[in-house]
Amino acid sequence: MSKKIRKNPLEASLHRRTFIKGIAAGLAGAVFAGGTADAFNWDAFLQKHFREMNEEEIKRVIERLEKEASLELKKEIHIAATKAMPNVKFGYGLDLSRCVGCRKCVYACVQENNQSRTPQVQWITVLRFKKGEKWIDLENSEKYYNPKEVPEKDFFYMPIQCQQCENPPCVRACPTKATWKEPDGIVVVDYNWCIGCRYCMAACPYGARRFNWAKPNIPEKELNPDTHYLGNRPRYKGVVEKCTFCIQRTRAGKYPACVEVCPVGARKFGNLLDPKSEIRYLIENKRVFRLKEDINTEPKFYYFFAT
Amino acid sequence: MITVLFKALGRTIIGDVRYYTWLAFLLVVIGLGANTYMQQLDKGLIITAMRDQVSWGFYISNFTFLVGVAAAAVLLVIPAYLYHFKPIKEIVLFGEMLAVTAIIMCILFIMVDMGQPMRVWHLLPLVGSMNFPSSLLAWDVIALNGYLVINFVLVMYALCRSVQGKEYRLSLVLPLILLSIPWAVSIHTVTAFLYNGFPSRPFWNASILAPRFLASAFCSGPAIMIILLQVIRKVSKVEIDNKAIAKIAELIAYTMGINLFLLGAEIFKEFYSGSIHKAPLEYLYFGLHGKTMLVPWMRTALVLNLVAFIIFLIPKARENFFALNLGAVLIIIGVYIEKGMGLIIPGFIPDSLGEIYEYWPTAQEGIITAAIWATGALIYTLMVKFSVPIYTRELLSEDK
Repeated sequence: MSKKIRKNPLEASLHRRTFIKGIAAGLAGAVFAGGTADAFNWDAFLQKHFREMNEEEIKRVIERLEKEASLELKKEIHIAATKAMPNVKFGYGLDLSRCVGCRKCVYACVQENNQSRTPQVQWITVLRFKKGEKWIDLENSEKYYNPKEVPEKDFFYMPIQCQQCENPPCVRACPTKATWKEPDGIVVVDYNWCIGCRYCMAACPYGARRFNWAKPNIPEKELNPDTHYLGNRPRYKGVVEKCTFCIQRTRAGKYPACVEVCPVGARKFGNLLDPKSEIRYLIENKRVFRLKEDINTEPKFYYFFAT
Repeated sequence: MITVLFKALGRTIIGDVRYYTWLAFLLVVIGLGANTYMQQLDKGLIITAMRDQVSWGFYISNFTFLVGVAAAAVLLVIPAYLYHFKPIKEIVLFGEMLAVTAIIMCILFIMVDMGQPMRVWHLLPLVGSMNFPSSLLAWDVIALNGYLVINFVLVMYALCRSVQGKEYRLSLVLPLILLSIPWAVSIHTVTAFLYNGFPSRPFWNASILAPRFLASAFCSGPAIMIILLQVIRKVSKVEIDNKAIAKIAELIAYTMGINLFLLGAEIFKEFYSGSIHKAPLEYLYFGLHGKTMLVPWMRTALVLNLVAFIIFLIPKARENFFALNLGAVLIIIGVYIEKGMGLIIPGFIPDSLGEIYEYWPTAQEGIITAAIWATGALIYTLMVKFSVPIYTRELLSEDK
């Protein structure tokens, strides 16, 4: 009898003894959870909210995080904490008449921002619409289109990512202030403060937030070592992440990866406070619109038609 | 007094074969769930069926239903203390204990849904950085924990007075009792507002949500009470007047009527106006783009609630214990579907970019959920077992 194999509700075959051991281990584990002090990282557990730390504390935390990350990923990484530049508010423009739906932006973003490869996490979603059909309810769009070649004759495309709202519902929702809007207008997440409740995901009208359902996994040689604390540094299982306008690049005076990679020049980026910037020019001279204007989130992400 | 409490505590481990079998069963379910939860801690929430499209699922559905159950207490408190309806005054303790149990289960469901449960202290005021008053989730933390404390204190007070062989001194706890009434309403309102407040989810963003929450909560909570009271009456020496049960049944007739009316109002508005925001409701009752996973469940819930309403509406029917119990069970199942999966899932279907990801919980989610229900059953069983000999003055007379 003891060797008899039975099916348990987890759909894995187990020996009866293992099964009973499992129940016992489960109960014991529940009682002593957290009791294994040797493996427990107290520094991480007690780490303060990013915005409540002073320069010195941030420096020490970053040193620890860099060490943890390099041990774990077997590659030296650098974590910056560059602050927002004064008199800068970032804005984004996307030319729908140019986009060909190639998804180069999606993969450049994954590469630059160290998104998990398995399971796949992507911050940009490209929707495909059939020409001539109504597209306001988005339900008729296709996210998983997979043709041999783009653009396809009867379709047009609309990339969507975090709209960096001036009035972000996700920030209001977060019960722990783990996500907030920076002075340059970028909505960021402290991956060490997020409790993973996913209330922000329910609040976001643009499906822009991603959750790490499993431990993120990136092949060592694909890891981008130049990171920012509030941006593309390695994330944890069980926290939320999102597009940060490539905070590690844009605060260093570079374009976001998606802007740089776009083969048709559909993506524009700049400082909304600078009257001579390209983004200001197109807002003032092109026919622009913002997604779901009716709910007053005030996105800093402008769609337009240049032709 | 202390010795009596210790004696009562000792009593909780003494029982007949049925009692031990029941406890053993609950412990096995809890053990299985704890084991599965360890697996979830290790691998992450990927073992659930939740994904970015449907980011809340079975755990939050159960949480929502149980916030409603916690209401049972207040529906008993009002007639007991404000109208001095004696038959109910004698059983109000069991309602308050149900509230305590339901809130503990709510907290457990939130905990297992969290991606980083060790960081739960970030939520707390002072040590963490509670986003109050901006985040409705922060409000809910206060509302639920406050309700837990209020009911726990009321239960302990009642028991301590019983131990001393004295009646309730109402003057002492009246402020707390009066506070518990609006507070019970507030836990529902705040939980409803939690979903209600964001235009990103048109299905939740309807002003009817909070009233519907209250109406359905005041159906399911009392229905559970009706069943529990009969069980307690059967397995212990506590006497429960039929009048008390009849009163609760009468209350359910009203609240279910209101609940069905509000549902009708919602269905009319969505389907008659026919805007794109009717999609979630369409998904629930008819299916959307050929996706119909919840349709049979929602239609079942509707039928169950209607049948139960008819049973509770007819005085002759609800005075018959078979019909009464049938009605109560139908309501519990009906509201469980409607206020659980039927409320949470359509918030995400279609998702905010129009995708339809059909969610159905995995076996692991089911086991963890079952274990939390078993934990609740265990807590309630032990509380009843502990308090009954005190309440019936059984221990007190032994002492003398």
